[in-house]
Amino acid sequence: MNTEAKKQIWSSYQKEIADNNYYYARSCIRQNFFPASEVTFLRILREELNKNIFDDPNHTTCTGIGYHSDIVPFDTIQTVVARHFALMTEAGLENVAISCVTSFGMYTEILDLWHHFPEQLEKIREYLYKATKREFNIPKNIAHTSDIIYKFRNEIAEKAKHKLINVQTGEPLNVVEHIGCHYAKMFPTKGVGGAEFPQVLSGMIESWGGNVVDYPERRHCCGFGFRNYLVQANRGYSVSNTKKKLESMKPYKPDFIVANCPGCAMFMDKWQYTLAEMEGVTYDEFGYGIPVLTYEEMAGLVLGYNPWDLGLQMHQVQCEPLLDKLGIKYDPKAKYLDKNGNQMPLPEKPSCLKV
Amino acid sequence: MIDVLIIGGGIAGIETACSLQDLGYETVIVEKERTIGGHLNNWDTLFPTHRPASEVLEYYTEETRKRALTIYLNTYVTSIIKLDDGTFEVNTSRDVIFHSKTVVIASGYSLFNAERKEEYGYKIYDNVLTSADLEKKLKTLNGEFKTPTDKVPEKIAFIHCVGSRDEKSGNHYCSKLCCVTAVKQAIHMKQICPQADIFCCYMDLRMYGPGFEEMYREAQEKYHIQFIRGRLSEVGENADGTLQLKVEDTLAARPSKIKVDMLVLMVGMESPQSTALFKETCGLQCAPNRFIQPNDHHIGSNKTNIDGLFTAGTSIGPMSIFDTINHAKASAITIKNYLSRN
Amino acid sequence: MRNFGFTTTKSRTIDYEKIDTRLISYILQNEPSFNACLSCGSCTAICSAGNLTSFNIRKLSLQIRLGDIENTKLEIDKCMLCGKCLLECPRGINTRNVIMLIKKGLNIIDKNEI
Repeated sequence: MNTEAKKQIWSSYQKEIADNNYYYARSCIRQNFFPASEVTFLRILREELNKNIFDDPNHTTCTGIGYHSDIVPFDTIQTVVARHFALMTEAGLENVAISCVTSFGMYTEILDLWHHFPEQLEKIREYLYKATKREFNIPKNIAHTSDIIYKFRNEIAEKAKHKLINVQTGEPLNVVEHIGCHYAKMFPTKGVGGAEFPQVLSGMIESWGGNVVDYPERRHCCGFGFRNYLVQANRGYSVSNTKKKLESMKPYKPDFIVANCPGCAMFMDKWQYTLAEMEGVTYDEFGYGIPVLTYEEMAGLVLGYNPWDLGLQMHQVQCEPLLDKLGIKYDPKAKYLDKNGNQMPLPEKPSCLKV
Repeated sequence: MIDVLIIGGGIAGIETACSLQDLGYETVIVEKERTIGGHLNNWDTLFPTHRPASEVLEYYTEETRKRALTIYLNTYVTSIIKLDDGTFEVNTSRDVIFHSKTVVIASGYSLFNAERKEEYGYKIYDNVLTSADLEKKLKTLNGEFKTPTDKVPEKIAFIHCVGSRDEKSGNHYCSKLCCVTAVKQAIHMKQICPQADIFCCYMDLRMYGPGFEEMYREAQEKYHIQFIRGRLSEVGENADGTLQLKVEDTLAARPSKIKVDMLVLMVGMESPQSTALFKETCGLQCAPNRFIQPNDHHIGSNKTNIDGLFTAGTSIGPMSIFDTINHAKASAITIKNYLSRN
Repeated sequence: MRNFGFTTTKSRTIDYEKIDTRLISYILQNEPSFNACLSCGSCTAICSAGNLTSFNIRKLSLQIRLGDIENTKLEIDKCMLCGKCLLECPRGINTRNVIMLIKKGLNIIDKNEI
């Protein structure tokens, strides 16, 4: 593998990422399944990087899941996105920081559509005005929140308490990076590093001391597939895609997986449990599964945040073996305490996957 | 005032100069490299006979010597200007300005830069080569053939149409020679690595020339090359440095996964940057494929939209050596007619 | 093993590392012209059996190359051995001999002799 040539490709896919003053567009899946990730993102931006970011209680789902499942019509999702732009405009902001990869894909696609079909933009302006009396400006800059962490990866590295290095061996950790399909496959120029060799997560991993695993099925979809997941009988497709990826990465003995898409992180984590229960297989050496982190959680660990504040206890594949490798101290007794220090009910143990 | 200024000292330029010299005209060749022969210098063997490329090169070196052709090496043309009296002023990278009655563009082609097909991992994965890289490797081969990662290959795949018939790469056209080159190289590899399984992944096999179809059949029957109809969609690298290819077997209508030790990308021909420059400086008309547009496809393929400005060889589109030489000879006759008329 | 109401799907991808080459090797050894097939389909267009059943000799030739022995067993008996494909083949492949070799090869495979 020649990394120089890879850097050559990366240099042709660098996009503009706003430096400050963001309107935060949250993600349905991220805030439900990785509940502390978004809080961590806000904390990093505000406390570590001194940035201004507005977390708006009036912001809603973009309806992307409904749209990709043929439930929400295209005009509807455009109007919902237009409302988000109106909220941004009302907040006096011009830059959107989008937490979800599918939302990011939708926003990008809608802006591209309006660019090519201005009459469609006028129609949506009218719909939004009729429904809400709101008006909006087109954002100046659209970035996925992983773009923003990427942009400030060196600043984060300077403040790092831990590197992505195995403290027992001194070797860099092997990290599988997974980029959500809607991040760059539709618009390669809108993703850092393009679609074939994306740099957005690789850049973070390398800046923080880890080794990026380049395995053959790296570009394959995680298998979420929206409509393929929603109907229970179809979920075989979804889990089979994840299985294909896990089988392909297994020989590289990855220490963890990091994804920039909330859906990908969720499926690659939870399907490991499903596969273990259905087929008795795990994809690490010792039967624990491969931990899956969001990039906010990865950044949080690097910055020395308490793993339980990062919500790692909410993951299916347990993170303790990874924390040990990173040399991160944690209190096992505090794992299932709520924020007031009260014991929460303990989760059931899976029958195959070790915890 | 020179009779004919020829841009390019490849096979096309040399053949045009030789033919014109024999007809009694004064010619000057301007060549940007430090030697004549163009791409042929980098080629090992030629289809369909597998003869060494050096034989053709030696022939033209000898013809050049015999006629004492005037050649300016290490010189490239910066502009072609047609003057009011119908003659040409040709400016170059050196302190020489040529005045000539006619100009021949024999500046050939450039090879498609395979890095533009990012998904094929050229220059990223060590064992991905282009057809041109393989020729160079074969030309300098000393002893056993080994892959770039120093392995005797057990599996090799050739990928047709890299940068050809591909609008994503900006090239909608067929490069015409890559199919037969792949078959030639596949046979060559089987001859020197008899233990290897060899695959050719193609969209259509365009065996248009004499001896080509025969070679294809020989590749199938005698050398057991496996032809898979399907275009490569992506390459990944396995932990052991082998490559994983994803190609649909379109005849079986199923996706397939092929593991190989070495991948050869059959890169197509593109119009060189110099053509765009000529277009700019003298209003030369180019076709949608960016090669020079012949004035008449059938009966005037050496003429351009500019009177007195002619073409020879691949400056008008992909051509084999056989076709290039014929086109160059035709160019000489066309120029003779032009000069005797004016 | 737990039942979630769905299962993993077997990959449809042909893995060239896992192809059963016993039958194709046997045929090619005894009828090398079979290598020259262009998949043009003229054999199939004229096939008496293909007119009435799903028998497709062009497809079968591909399946044999891809090592699908089970399906070949089911398909091969549909051939009526009329020999019209032999007349049509532009590459002059002895398709009749190929059919006979498929039958013989399958027998030998059944007996575990190859």
